[in-house]
Amino acid sequence: MTAAVGGRASSEGRIGWLEQTLGGITANIEHAVFSERHARSAGWLQRRDPRAKLVGFLVAIVAASLASSVVGLALLYAATLGAARASRVPFGFFVKRVWLGIPFFAGIVVVPAIFFVPGDRVFDLALGPAHLAPSWNGLAGALLFVSRVGVSVSLAVLLVVTTPWADVLKSLRALRTPQVFVLVLSMTYRYIFLFLHTTNGILLARKSRVVGRTRGGEQRRWITGTMGNLMSRAFQMSNDVYAAMLSRGFTGEVRVYSTYRMRPADWLALGATAAFCVTAVLASRVVA
Amino acid sequence: MNGTNRTPPVAVAEAIEDVLAVGPGEPLYRLRDVAFVYSGRQTALDGVDLDIWPGERVVLLGANGSGKSTLLKLLDGIVAPSRGTMRALGRDVAAVAAGQEAFTFHRQVGLVFQDPDIQLFSATVLDDVAFGPLQLGLSADEVRERCDEALAAMEIAHLADRAPFELSGGEKKRAAIASVLSLRPDVILLDEPTASLDPRTKWLLVDLIQRLGAAGRTLIVATHELDIVPLIADRAVVLSERGRVVADGDPATILADTDLLVRENLIHEHLHRHGPISHSHRHDTADAGHAHASETLHQEPPAGAVETGRSEATLGIPAERR
Repeated sequence: MTAAVGGRASSEGRIGWLEQTLGGITANIEHAVFSERHARSAGWLQRRDPRAKLVGFLVAIVAASLASSVVGLALLYAATLGAARASRVPFGFFVKRVWLGIPFFAGIVVVPAIFFVPGDRVFDLALGPAHLAPSWNGLAGALLFVSRVGVSVSLAVLLVVTTPWADVLKSLRALRTPQVFVLVLSMTYRYIFLFLHTTNGILLARKSRVVGRTRGGEQRRWITGTMGNLMSRAFQMSNDVYAAMLSRGFTGEVRVYSTYRMRPADWLALGATAAFCVTAVLASRVVA
Repeated sequence: MNGTNRTPPVAVAEAIEDVLAVGPGEPLYRLRDVAFVYSGRQTALDGVDLDIWPGERVVLLGANGSGKSTLLKLLDGIVAPSRGTMRALGRDVAAVAAGQEAFTFHRQVGLVFQDPDIQLFSATVLDDVAFGPLQLGLSADEVRERCDEALAAMEIAHLADRAPFELSGGEKKRAAIASVLSLRPDVILLDEPTASLDPRTKWLLVDLIQRLGAAGRTLIVATHELDIVPLIADRAVVLSERGRVVADGDPATILADTDLLVRENLIHEHLHRHGPISHSHRHDTADAGHAHASETLHQEPPAGAVETGRSEATLGIPAERR
């Protein structure tokens, strides 16, 4: 009897956690992706043409992947922090957003290399027939890899934080991305928000009506039912949106509106970024 | 109260016929025995006969589920009738819905959907307002001019760079209307344009509809808010809850027929008890503060009041005698 009650409580705990996690994920995505607070402040990057920014950041990311020493990466990261500062992005927010996750995810990928790369060993710990022996070369490689990922992600985050998503997507046209691709991305971005919002509303509505405990099976049925409901709404809405597009003259040929204009300051910023990136890559090669 | 033999306002009609592809004396829309069935089983419209003339301001009245939105989609040529014949702007609507001449048709007819989230599918308000003109293949300067004009008409120029999800319900509605106005259509179809709006936005839209009507546009508005009907329409068509046209005439006559309005669920009647006396009220959902009149059999409307926007005491019988 005790085991049964305990089992049920445990099951309820897991489902409660699942619901809470779902709610947390949707709320956080809604906040992180769709809150464009920093993108609308009057900073240095915010004043740049989005196309210049996109190309500049791509050049910097390519430079980070070509840098063969930590020195080059340190230069690039220092410039990234400087740009973030000039763009009024809070230091703590920016650094935490990147570096809280990177060591974990990049670290997992790179852990085996620490032990399998040949070279002098930092220490050698015998565990029966196996040996735990990281190499100096492996550690250096891991540090370079994690730094490279960190700098690249920092650059991507800075671009996204200082540019409204709509502009990021539309500036893809500067890279000759097909218009239909840009339109589909824009619509996806638009409706993901709507469905995240709907999901949050459903979770909240359920929370407000649930009194007492419900069985695990009931909760699982409710979650699958909600998923089906959302899917059905998405289909219905996609039909309606297509009808709305037809109603405004859509014939299958996509045209995207762009009001961007590159000014001398944008060209200058782009040129300076490219020059700096080349310098950082060359410096990293010299030091390596 | 049958609208099929109505004649258009002559001066307006002659001017508009030059623009629209309809011949002299030919209605803009002609529907004969039109039915629409969803998924082969749910009937939204049944046996609809209707003529709409250029320059008319028509309001479609009906309770929820009476087929108003479906009728607007048919009038916009984005769905074809399941039965019957329907011509719009000199074209067969079934052919338009199948894509024939759809581009030309949609240059002339614009539909504002009830749910602005359907209409606003782009990443920013400006992109949405520009979508229609871009499809017309206009130059960038003309697209910008039309966008500025539509945004200014709806007083949302300051929201141009905002994402739709950042807007309030009223702002979304304005943006949705701006996205149709930028097409400069000759025929504008509006589905519940004032539903769930704050008073300021609601009256802004009423004013806009009046201005569009005065400019000679053909306006067809679906609503169940009776208080705005006399202000925006010179013809009212009532749809029953089974999707049939049950009345068609001038708004004053239709709104005065409270039996019709009660029957078609556009106003409702309920009983008030005051000790031994009870009386019934008839009012629509917009009637926020109706007066009690337990001793009177009928309360006259105040001068200038909208006929159905206030309550009416029709019975004054003691409860124990009913």
